[in-house]
Amino acid sequence: MSLLTITVFLPLAGGILLAFVRSSTVAGWINVGLSGLTLAASVALALGVLDSGAYAVPGFHLDAFNVYLVVLTALVGLTTGIFSRPYMAFIRLERGISAKRMRLYHSMYQGFMFTMLLALTTDNLGVLWVAVEGATLATVLLVSLYRTPESVEAAWKYFILCGVGIALALFGTVLVYFAAQHVLTDPAQGLIWTRLHQAAGRLDPAVMSIAFVFLLVGYGTKVGLVPLHNWLPDAHSEGPTPVSAVLSGLLLNVALYAVVRFKMLVDGSLAGTPKAAIAGHLMMGFGLLSFLVAGLFLHRQRDIKRLFSYSSIEHMGLMTFAFGIGGPLATFGALLHMLVHSLTKSAIFITVGHATHIAGTQAIDNIRGLIRTQPAVGWGLLIGVAAIAGFPPFGVFTSEFLLLSATMQSWPWLTVALLMGLAVAFAGLFRHLHPMVYSAAPDGQQAVRANMLPVALHLGLVLWLGLAVPPFLARWLDQATLLITGSRLL
Amino acid sequence: MSITQLSLLEQAVFVLAALVLFTSFALLGQARLLSTIHLFAWQGLALALVSSLVATATNEPHLYLSALLTLSLKALLIPWMLHRLVRRLELERHAEPLRHPVMVMLAGTALVIFSYWIVLPIERLELAATRNIIAISLAVILIGLLIMVMRRQAVIKVIGFMSMENGLFLAAVAATHGMPLVVELGVAFDVLIAAVLFGVFFFHISESIESLDVDRLNRLRARDKS
Amino acid sequence: MADLLNSPAAWGLALVQGLLFLLAAPLLTAWVRRVKARLQNRRGAPLLQPYRDLYKLFAKEAMVARTTSGLFLAAPYIVFGSTLLAGAVVPLLAVNLPTAAIADVIVLAGFFALGRFFLTLAGMDAGTAFGGMGASREMLVSALAEPALLMAVFTLAMTAHSTNLSSVVAYQLDAGLVLRPSYLFALLGLVLVAIAETGRIPVDNPATHLELTMIHEAMILEYSGRHLALMEGAAQLKLMIYGVLISNIFFPWGIATEFTPAALLLGLVAITAKLALLGVLLAVAETVLAKMRLFRAPEFLNMALLFSVLGLLSHVILEVGA
Repeated sequence: MSLLTITVFLPLAGGILLAFVRSSTVAGWINVGLSGLTLAASVALALGVLDSGAYAVPGFHLDAFNVYLVVLTALVGLTTGIFSRPYMAFIRLERGISAKRMRLYHSMYQGFMFTMLLALTTDNLGVLWVAVEGATLATVLLVSLYRTPESVEAAWKYFILCGVGIALALFGTVLVYFAAQHVLTDPAQGLIWTRLHQAAGRLDPAVMSIAFVFLLVGYGTKVGLVPLHNWLPDAHSEGPTPVSAVLSGLLLNVALYAVVRFKMLVDGSLAGTPKAAIAGHLMMGFGLLSFLVAGLFLHRQRDIKRLFSYSSIEHMGLMTFAFGIGGPLATFGALLHMLVHSLTKSAIFITVGHATHIAGTQAIDNIRGLIRTQPAVGWGLLIGVAAIAGFPPFGVFTSEFLLLSATMQSWPWLTVALLMGLAVAFAGLFRHLHPMVYSAAPDGQQAVRANMLPVALHLGLVLWLGLAVPPFLARWLDQATLLITGSRLL
Repeated sequence: MSITQLSLLEQAVFVLAALVLFTSFALLGQARLLSTIHLFAWQGLALALVSSLVATATNEPHLYLSALLTLSLKALLIPWMLHRLVRRLELERHAEPLRHPVMVMLAGTALVIFSYWIVLPIERLELAATRNIIAISLAVILIGLLIMVMRRQAVIKVIGFMSMENGLFLAAVAATHGMPLVVELGVAFDVLIAAVLFGVFFFHISESIESLDVDRLNRLRARDKS
Repeated sequence: MADLLNSPAAWGLALVQGLLFLLAAPLLTAWVRRVKARLQNRRGAPLLQPYRDLYKLFAKEAMVARTTSGLFLAAPYIVFGSTLLAGAVVPLLAVNLPTAAIADVIVLAGFFALGRFFLTLAGMDAGTAFGGMGASREMLVSALAEPALLMAVFTLAMTAHSTNLSSVVAYQLDAGLVLRPSYLFALLGLVLVAIAETGRIPVDNPATHLELTMIHEAMILEYSGRHLALMEGAAQLKLMIYGVLISNIFFPWGIATEFTPAALLLGLVAITAKLALLGVLLAVAETVLAKMRLFRAPEFLNMALLFSVLGLLSHVILEVGA
């Protein structure tokens, strides 16, 4: 059995296994153990790929671009799993969630990890679609786990909007297959990404540009691009916190990954035609819109989880914009940003989980004095928000700096919009953060048992990436940049 | 390419594709819930026929399998499940007349024209032959979307969603002679799971708002406006 | 064509065809009634009953209300005449007859419109409540039916590149069996229009004088004697014309393209069979369906319009190609 098989299919086996484990305490531990094994396998796999360049078995394809996301996915899966074990045990008592639903939760957690890893590693664009749709199906019942009217509403919206979006993405995929039919010698391989990439120059540009519009709208719904972002704050705020953490940290990334994979094909197909940069321009437009709109929305949030989900939209918009600019600098920055955003945002959601636990509510107005009640959580939130807002010396600062320089190079006047957006988002986050962390704690507010180890790990990594990107990672991202743009940065 | 140059089988595919489009219009205008479900089943049947005709015309046996899959899933199983749900939720007599039927129909027609306009740039000869059926599929997809926007009842919204999938299937079968089998099975599996989940949701929604008029699901909408 | 126009035999044939319309129209109506009666487990009137009715009406004295104008007296002749002219241009037995030169669908629609115009005027002329009501309802139906009719016919015309009925039929014969989505929709649209225009169930019911629902009967309520006979005859002719249109345009096989006795005989047999079948279908439909409430008639006709539009669209999208 290869490492790849273990990495991808271990979560699937785990999901099936967990469906039969009655005790939710045991299931929590199994969940952590499985995630740990998956991470170990993925790291070993990544080291192999780093040595040998690309790695392919029929149906799967690993290169620098997706393998780092595989490791990231497995890592966030593990740390969120560690957080989820005690947290869900507490939630279970507080909300009175039945054992059956806890089984569903653990089983679907692993099921979700499986779809994410499958989407990242598969070479088949159709399977990619199936996996991303599968991720929706796996998480939709997790969003409505509490069965409150609000959570049912959020899950319904999530299901319908993402379902529609993903259907449009499938139409785009069909169009790509349609274009490939007349180009490849074996039409049955018309969805194999590596084949398509080789033959990209011969794919019909008209079909490919139409397809890309549908793919961008489709997968863009999952990325949370404005104006298709409506599901995202609802699903994040009403679902259990570990689900919010993996949705923000992983699902959005994978959807963006899909868009970028298709962009590579479309760019190849359109190269040399008058509309060569259309895919990039579309992504820039949607990305910038999401970035600016979400930044404004940060100001009017009253629910802490909604606040940070809008921050996710903002950052996904920024990444989409950066991938749209293209070019090695922007792409390198976007790849780094994907990494640091995932790490930071899942750390924040974990901290927020503890904060809501302490305050007993998600309403920002009622979360007060965290740093007095429980310094670890207060500091965690403070540092996390500082990191996500782009303070030096955190990694988000580095990647945003790269993105700004790239914008300055190719679209100088858009830098103004970016800077303004960053300032607006910064203000939006900090006006809410300050009272939550510093003001006087309400009487009787007590510290809770919180495991801040995952948060410390994530934020430590982000700090490290901000101080110095380690050479192996830089080389890694550079390879990915080479793959996507055709030229190196370093 | 004019239709007279095609074989009779291919002409039949075109006729059936047009019928699928018509059922989409009928779904759009149908007020009664049960009739909507039946129409959806007819659409599934037409799709299965398209699939088997294409299989005969192109001699690709795996399409028979997908025809069978469509028939059992879209024409029988899902309508049956919806039927059962409607009975259990006591909605047999539910009817929801469309507001502004003429405008909606006009919008549907505009969507057909829009779809055609979208595919017009495809000019390369070997692609142009089948691009028109892609326009029809796209129209079916967009009308499915229109159904989801215009209708408030959850079951009908779901039927709109499923008819979007039908449009996708039409595109895959008629324009590209079917996706690879593994993808097709995956998609079918996803659709099936989605149908089951929708069923679960109907119960959750009717528990939480005592109706399936999902426009009343608006607690969260207020959050961003305050 | 030129020598055809001058050939007396061809003109004779055209005349025969027109007369045939006149003679066969009551028979078709009787056939539909008969089948319908059988479906409802009645014996029904014999097939010659409409002829007897018409004969009886012609023999009776025509009563005319004092309040009416000359229009009221002229209307039956105009209505009947225009309908007969419409019938004369529709290819019944053979194509390429001399009358084919004016056998244009727009002319056809014009004849119908002329007849309807005078029919509704006459309905209002007597000044009774029913007449006015029927006239306004007729106008409501026809205002919606006419666009659908024209749209459906244009779909056919676009395929045949001609609005001439005879050419359309000839084109169809030449092309052989081609499955066209646009024809399917045009057929459905035309059938719905025909049902509405000839006042059949579910739009109107020709067999009732129920004041709340009637359309056509309300307009001719004041007529008696030969005037009534003409009005009834015109209605029967209209049914026949629509029947022939539908069967000969969409299923043209059997119609004569040359003027030999054998071909003409085949044409006669073919059209008889087609109309008989159509009559059965109509009777079955009328038995199964219930009459709609009047305000749902627009929905019915919108449906016809939708069919026609879909026909046009599917012609453009699917059949012309790149």
